[in-house]
Amino acid sequence: MNTDEGYITDDGRKIGGVVMEMKNITLRFGGVTAIQDITFDIREGEIRAIIGPNGAGKSSMLNVVSGFYVPQEGEVFFRGEKRPPLKPFEVARQGIARTFQNIALFEGMSVLDNVMTGRLTQMKSGFISQALWRGKAEREEIENREICERVIDFLEIQSIRKTPVSRLPYGLKKRVELARALASEPKLLLLDEPMAGMNVEEKEDMSRFILDVNDEFGTTIALIEHDMGVVMDLSDRVVVMDYGKKIGDGTPSDIRNNQAVIDAYLGVSHD
Amino acid sequence: MFYREAGDFSTTYREDSQTFPIKFDRYRYYAVLVFAFAVVPFIINDYWLNAIFLPFLIYSIAAIGLNILTGYCGQVSLGTGGFMAVGAYAVYKLMTAFPDINIIVHVILAGGVTALVGVIFGLPSLRIKGFYLAVATLAAQFFLVWLFNRVPWFYNYSASGQITSPEREFLGVTLTGATSEPWAVYLLCLVFATVSALIARNLTRGAMGRRWMAIRDMDIAAEIIGVNPLSAKLSAFAISSFFVGVSGALFFSVYLGAVEVGEVFGINKSFLVLFMIIIGGLGSIFGSFAGAAFLVLLPVLLKNVLVGGFGWPTDLAAHLEFMIVGGLIVVFLIAEPHGIAQLWRVAKEKLRLWPFPH
Amino acid sequence: MPDQLIYAMEVFLNGLMAGVLYALVALGFVLIYKASGIFNYAQGVMALFAAMTLVGVMEGQIPFAHLINAILGTEIHHFGWHLPALLGILLTMIVMVILAWLVQRIIFKHLVGQEPIILFMATIGLAYFMEGLGDMMWGANIKKLDVGLPQGINLWIDETTYNIFDYGFFIDNLDIVASIIAAILVGVLVMFAQYTKEGRAMRAVADDHQAALSVGVSLNFIWIMVWSVAGFVALVAGIMWGTKSGVQFSLSLIALKALPVLMLGGFTSIPGAIVGGLIIGVGEKLFEFLVGPLIGGATENWFAYVLALLLLVFRPQGLFGEKIIERV
Repeated sequence: MNTDEGYITDDGRKIGGVVMEMKNITLRFGGVTAIQDITFDIREGEIRAIIGPNGAGKSSMLNVVSGFYVPQEGEVFFRGEKRPPLKPFEVARQGIARTFQNIALFEGMSVLDNVMTGRLTQMKSGFISQALWRGKAEREEIENREICERVIDFLEIQSIRKTPVSRLPYGLKKRVELARALASEPKLLLLDEPMAGMNVEEKEDMSRFILDVNDEFGTTIALIEHDMGVVMDLSDRVVVMDYGKKIGDGTPSDIRNNQAVIDAYLGVSHD
Repeated sequence: MFYREAGDFSTTYREDSQTFPIKFDRYRYYAVLVFAFAVVPFIINDYWLNAIFLPFLIYSIAAIGLNILTGYCGQVSLGTGGFMAVGAYAVYKLMTAFPDINIIVHVILAGGVTALVGVIFGLPSLRIKGFYLAVATLAAQFFLVWLFNRVPWFYNYSASGQITSPEREFLGVTLTGATSEPWAVYLLCLVFATVSALIARNLTRGAMGRRWMAIRDMDIAAEIIGVNPLSAKLSAFAISSFFVGVSGALFFSVYLGAVEVGEVFGINKSFLVLFMIIIGGLGSIFGSFAGAAFLVLLPVLLKNVLVGGFGWPTDLAAHLEFMIVGGLIVVFLIAEPHGIAQLWRVAKEKLRLWPFPH
Repeated sequence: MPDQLIYAMEVFLNGLMAGVLYALVALGFVLIYKASGIFNYAQGVMALFAAMTLVGVMEGQIPFAHLINAILGTEIHHFGWHLPALLGILLTMIVMVILAWLVQRIIFKHLVGQEPIILFMATIGLAYFMEGLGDMMWGANIKKLDVGLPQGINLWIDETTYNIFDYGFFIDNLDIVASIIAAILVGVLVMFAQYTKEGRAMRAVADDHQAALSVGVSLNFIWIMVWSVAGFVALVAGIMWGTKSGVQFSLSLIALKALPVLMLGGFTSIPGAIVGGLIIGVGEKLFEFLVGPLIGGATENWFAYVLALLLLVFRPQGLFGEKIIERV
């Protein structure tokens, strides 16, 4: 049962206390209200799905979590503390990593270099040391390379590590993006439609990776997804958005039977 | 047959991240270095020095600088001429104010001054992008040239407005002015060029280089994954300007000896260095050298062939040069945007397989 | 009225007229940018080339005479005829259209879909190429251009202002004519873009190449049309400036001056180019008049750029440009 200390799921995974909380978030772009007074939370170690019809405001919500958009109203709490408006790179340093709906890889670099960029928040050696490529800079480079290689192994992309990402097919690009996000050893991983454009086998692979990440590293995951099967199978809890409002929040079985959710997806006329 | 990578593999990450992983490439690189350092000084004369080697080495340093800013970090700058001027005038003021200090120290300090100026003019890059930024750098270019022309303090109140390099020597050998020794000047610039290349190579293959390239490829994504855009862009401006400033300082003090800022460091200089990195290859240290070599050798070649060989008037040869350079820029941008460096890479790959087709 | 104010008024009027010419050149840029996303650095060199061709055609120069003489050892220079200005302008216009077609086919057809900065650098290459070509065709010496435009101080204004202010304004007839022609041209271009079928097609292409294709707009035709119009604008600008200060290399530097105009006005806005041109024209001259003497003069070299730079820092899209919204 849900207590503030967390609980153990049916299959033995430990879900912790609340790690991220969005309270009364309202986000406007000029005259358009993308998100209206939404409140939900994410627990440590869980897989939280955000679903809803197109245009519901899901990506915008993810952008609020990663600091790219600043909501006009509402507050974000990270690990119990109110988070002041931060620049996106400062949010990344807190341990939040993400993937993007339309792939945002660095097309001028190889797979390995892209994954290594995931470690940039951890690489601290100074300019002089880097210029001389001795001592701290070289050691740091090799240490980080080892971590990245482990992620590359984990996601089974070793054979393409020196390939320029611009040459890769869509499915592999998505995996590289996941590798980049994992390389930073995040506490919270945000996935924006990780299965988009994939066939059944690719979706199975990606689902396996997501579950493994959560299982082996205990990473908290929030994902936006359209494939209902994936959502029901993977997630511990689901929040449903429609037209910028929250219309459902609970376990997959709760959501499945929620009339408002069914209406939103089936398009019942609103009188 | 002789150029193969079979049997040549790395067993540590350290080996894998070196500059020349293939043994043949490494040995060829050492051979070039040996030739440059140990053979050329004995056979060099004034003509070769001033027509080819000095401009090649000095422009290579500027090209490395601009390549870091534009090729690696994606911030287009049309202000290279102005920044070279900063280096030149900084070294002039330092040399005349502190005549006892070594010229090498002065050149490095001039680079530092230019780095600071570069950071200041780089601040707008946080708000302005793409070729809006390129046009903004024009502000730097025109303002700096005007500054060195109109504010007499910079040229020590001389009547002509020109600056001339005072005579300096190092370890008993004259380096500047008419009595300088060709081999000594050559070695000085060669050392600067080599050290610049090494530093640039180390910076671009490490974390710094990755930050720059991330900003270049997709600055929003870069920021979201944790790159601080302010420090990445400003560091690119700073380091790039340092190299450009060193280049300008050497250009003035040991190459030209006397400079009138409007003629030497005008916007044409900015375009020249930009062309060098486009033709040579954006985002490549080797490309910086290749482009510099190309654009230094081309006019010399044209002059020797057309004027010396065919008896053309020099201005006609100059017009043809414009047409060739302009045409080549377009050709390279269409056919090989990664420049000579990419052509070289592809050639080497083919050579590694030769005589097999694939 | 205090003397300084009277002088300032004269400076202001001169600035306005310079501004109109800037606006005209900037308009050439805006058209090409709107239709193809290319920022045509070569616009200034096109103006120079157009002016050189006009002079060459009118005076019956043999193109590439210098080159032919060098290779064949001959001494030919002129065909021996003199053409009237109107015919010369017509012929030059034909040359500019051919040039537009060549540029489109040889260069920009192959660069479709590239990033703007690559296209910009291609136009820089084109500018260098055309400069060399123009010099080789017609010779690099300064030429005098006379198409019959009135020059010299406007006596009517001189007398009238003398009667009012006790100080005769020096306003050149040429500047007045230039401004009027430029203003008419700007008006025509604006109406063309807004109200004609071709103008609408051009704006469609500027927005979205694919979408324009899908409604049956021929990209090639639009691009050639746009480059030809830009070529015509370049010709007019070349005539104005060429008459004023002779046809020489510095004409191509006008293109550089158009850049801050565009930065102020936004690259895609026709009214922006006009307002930007006027602001820069007036601002430059007034700044030089008021502040110039204090800091050494010749501030016109950089004032426009610094002004544009400062404006861009506070408003990155320019005065009239669309706000840039970045999405992830």
